[in-house]
Amino acid sequence: MLIQLTDIKKVFNQGKPNEFWAIQGVSLEFEPNRVSCLKGASGSGKTTLLSMIGCLSRPTSGRIQLGERLISSLPERFLTDVRRHTFGFIFQRFNLIPGLSVLENIMLPAYPLGLPYKRLVATAQHLLHQFNLSTKADNPVEWLSGGEAQRVAICRALINDPQILIADEPTANLDSKLSYEFMGLIDELRQTGKTILITSHDPEVFDSAVVDRVVEMHDGVVLDSSLKDVT
Amino acid sequence: MMWLFLRKQKYLIDFTLSSLLRRKGKSLGLLAVYILIVFMLASVTLFTHALRKEAGLMLQASPEIIVQRMQAGRHALIPADYLQRIGRLRGVTQKEGRLWGYYYDPAVKANYTIMTAGQVAAPLTEIIIGTGIARARGLAVGDYLTLRSQNGEAFSFEIAALLDEKSELVSADLLLMSPQAFRRLFNVPEGVYTDLVLSVRNPREVRKVAEKLTLQLPDTRPILREEVLRTYDSVFSWRQGILFVLLTGSILAFVIFAWDKASGLSAEERREIGILKAVGWETADVMRMKFWEGMIISLSAFMIGYLAAYAHVFYASASLFEPVLKGWAVLYPQFRLTPFVDGLQLATLLFFTVLPYIVATIIPIWRTSITDPDAVMR
Amino acid sequence: MLLNPAIMALVLVSLVVCSMLLLASGFAIQVLRHWNIGSGSEQQLVLERRTYLISTLLIWAFGFELMSLLLFIYNAESMSGQFVGAMCATGVLNVNGWGWPTLMLKIAVFFCGAVWLALNYLDNQGYDYPLVKYKYRLLLAILPLVVAEFILQLLHFTNMDPDVITSCCGTLFSSQAEGVAAEVSGLPPRNMMLLFVITGVIVILSGLRVALRGRGSWWFALFGTAAFAVALTSIVSFISLYIYEHPHHHCPFCILKSGHDYIGYILYVPLFISAALAMSVGVLSSWRGIPSLTLTVDSIIPRLSWIAVMCYLLFYLAAVWSVWASNLTMVEVWL
Repeated sequence: MLIQLTDIKKVFNQGKPNEFWAIQGVSLEFEPNRVSCLKGASGSGKTTLLSMIGCLSRPTSGRIQLGERLISSLPERFLTDVRRHTFGFIFQRFNLIPGLSVLENIMLPAYPLGLPYKRLVATAQHLLHQFNLSTKADNPVEWLSGGEAQRVAICRALINDPQILIADEPTANLDSKLSYEFMGLIDELRQTGKTILITSHDPEVFDSAVVDRVVEMHDGVVLDSSLKDVT
Repeated sequence: MMWLFLRKQKYLIDFTLSSLLRRKGKSLGLLAVYILIVFMLASVTLFTHALRKEAGLMLQASPEIIVQRMQAGRHALIPADYLQRIGRLRGVTQKEGRLWGYYYDPAVKANYTIMTAGQVAAPLTEIIIGTGIARARGLAVGDYLTLRSQNGEAFSFEIAALLDEKSELVSADLLLMSPQAFRRLFNVPEGVYTDLVLSVRNPREVRKVAEKLTLQLPDTRPILREEVLRTYDSVFSWRQGILFVLLTGSILAFVIFAWDKASGLSAEERREIGILKAVGWETADVMRMKFWEGMIISLSAFMIGYLAAYAHVFYASASLFEPVLKGWAVLYPQFRLTPFVDGLQLATLLFFTVLPYIVATIIPIWRTSITDPDAVMR
Repeated sequence: MLLNPAIMALVLVSLVVCSMLLLASGFAIQVLRHWNIGSGSEQQLVLERRTYLISTLLIWAFGFELMSLLLFIYNAESMSGQFVGAMCATGVLNVNGWGWPTLMLKIAVFFCGAVWLALNYLDNQGYDYPLVKYKYRLLLAILPLVVAEFILQLLHFTNMDPDVITSCCGTLFSSQAEGVAAEVSGLPPRNMMLLFVITGVIVILSGLRVALRGRGSWWFALFGTAAFAVALTSIVSFISLYIYEHPHHHCPFCILKSGHDYIGYILYVPLFISAALAMSVGVLSSWRGIPSLTLTVDSIIPRLSWIAVMCYLLFYLAAVWSVWASNLTMVEVWL
């Protein structure tokens, strides 16, 4: 599914003294089945841009098109609906809910869809198996190592079988070995047909061979959005 | 469609139950206060309601009209020939004279209510007493009780029977004796009664009969049972109301407490909601989840509080209210009230407890639910 | 009389519902003023979030209102012992001139609330909030009703004088008395029965037409409302007589008592539900023209109509059954 951004702007605290333009007119396209990386220092607007693409927030102005569908002016109710079916999210701090088991954490995004419980558990266990976590299913998430927590987060992102995966600074809490492994998982996912968007300022990510394209951002504008030479 | 909806709600309830259990301390604190509020209000309602019901039942057996003679504005003995003077009134099925009075027993510093009954076997020596008197004097069937008459003579009576414990609330201080014994003990001459009672079958005719009575016997006043019942009704609901007003303060405190609990989320809870929103829960989903949380807390608090109040009133004889009630009389009845529950009472209680809780939490819940879905990314 | 707990509860509920509606209306006015669905400005986002609050407030408020309608009747029933001449709810409502208007307003608010909630549900299905202005204007129109209900109810409860001899169902609904109630019960029962049957058949047929063909929604709403009015009148005019098996007892409340197997609930609950649904069907059908709603309207109207038809059927069956199973024969009295 092609993602098209046209002249996206996002302002916070509009009309107040601390008004802040996080995104100042970005036009971009992301092709399907590619791994793209938004690169930039913190505060460059890459996370804000990613959250608008991922239907987590709405642009102040501009158009976002997801395939044929214009999503930039959808109210939250419908934005969430699009998001559930289209996007999976992997967050910087994993954001697993402590106290719940690994299995419960993975199934969380599927609850509002109201799928039959058996099917839900089957999907979740299949994912756990795929990511070598089968033995951990009933453990509380507090017992997991960083790498395992990351993989649980990926499972959770995949539970509704989204076409697009969004990862926000996924390697910030991982050492370089785990980061390398993570990029390997991303590559596998791309091969299953997913489109993947990553924000990062970690060279382990944007210099990785897995990444097809790097978009460099600074102060809310795009500096460079070249396609990497795949060598 | 229906199943989809029900499954969604089931997931939300599961989630909310597990998150309540994860925060036991906070949930239990709220639950305890909630239960206490329900318990207090339910105790008051159940107790006054049962008393009112009891009084109503007692009056049900009493005659429709009581005729008292008034002399200089005071209740006086009524001559038996008034029964003849009343003559035949349409609608009156039965009329008779009654003898009754009070007896002060200095031994236990209490007043007995003395009434006459025909069923005593040996008219001059046997009496039937209420369990309150039996307890106070340490008497059992077959024992003797000595009463001092108007002119100083002592009469000994054998206790022939005790009155049924079930009606103890009204019969604790009751003493039944024959009319002959009554007249001798209190020096009441033959030919007069304490008052007269008339039975009227058709309730619509009671007022008509009373009107005729006041014309025929201008020195008497008729007391209508329905009038007494009405007064009881309004007095009891008025008392209940006063107690409710007194408890309004605690309800308000509870509302503020609930508001505070609902809006003062811990950082951890806030993060949890943020995660839910980020992974695909919508504002309405979070609100529904919180709705179930409120329902679970409210229903369990209501049920536990109500059952506790029920046990308190009907099995423990409202022991928490006992000190207040005991001031009434030395012969405090050890009564067990007949359990009585009605829909109006339940609905009123719900409106006083669950409704304030719901209203207090609507805005805090909404504030929590509109957390930005991208908050966890910042 | 204000110190009666049930009355305090009723006044409390009315007060709470009033304040909830006032709060919601305050937000609604802001929404009406500044709404701009095309904008992604922060103000618009704030307003969109407010719509969740308004909906929640109103769902609860109308829910409370429904419960207070029931409580109001229960309470009137239970207070009948405190007034001379009152033997059931009728007598208590008659204690002063505010009782009946309060009840009527409560019923009116119930129907307004039902229609509003239906509209709100429909609006939430459209991705561009197509009915937002319409439904908030409707909310502003409902507000005075709720406030009036609060005031009338307060007047009713504060002006209760236990010494006034009130007239109960026996006198109020007798054909010899004067006034609307007596007119209603004095209506020639044969004509009333005929009208009852005719409206029943028409409303069920028109409901089926909407359910099967999706056409004539407004007619259904119209007939539904008419059938509701005729049904209420018929309960007073002749159905109650058969239930009580007494040729002159016309009371619409005593049928709710246990002595009559609570038959009143089987009559009133389906009747109110079906009338509310019929009205909602009419209102909802007008929005089929809006592109973002066409699909929802087309799927929801037959569903609501089916439920409404079922409820009407239930009501008419219960009514016919209670007449048929009765030991009362009115032939000599009426013919």
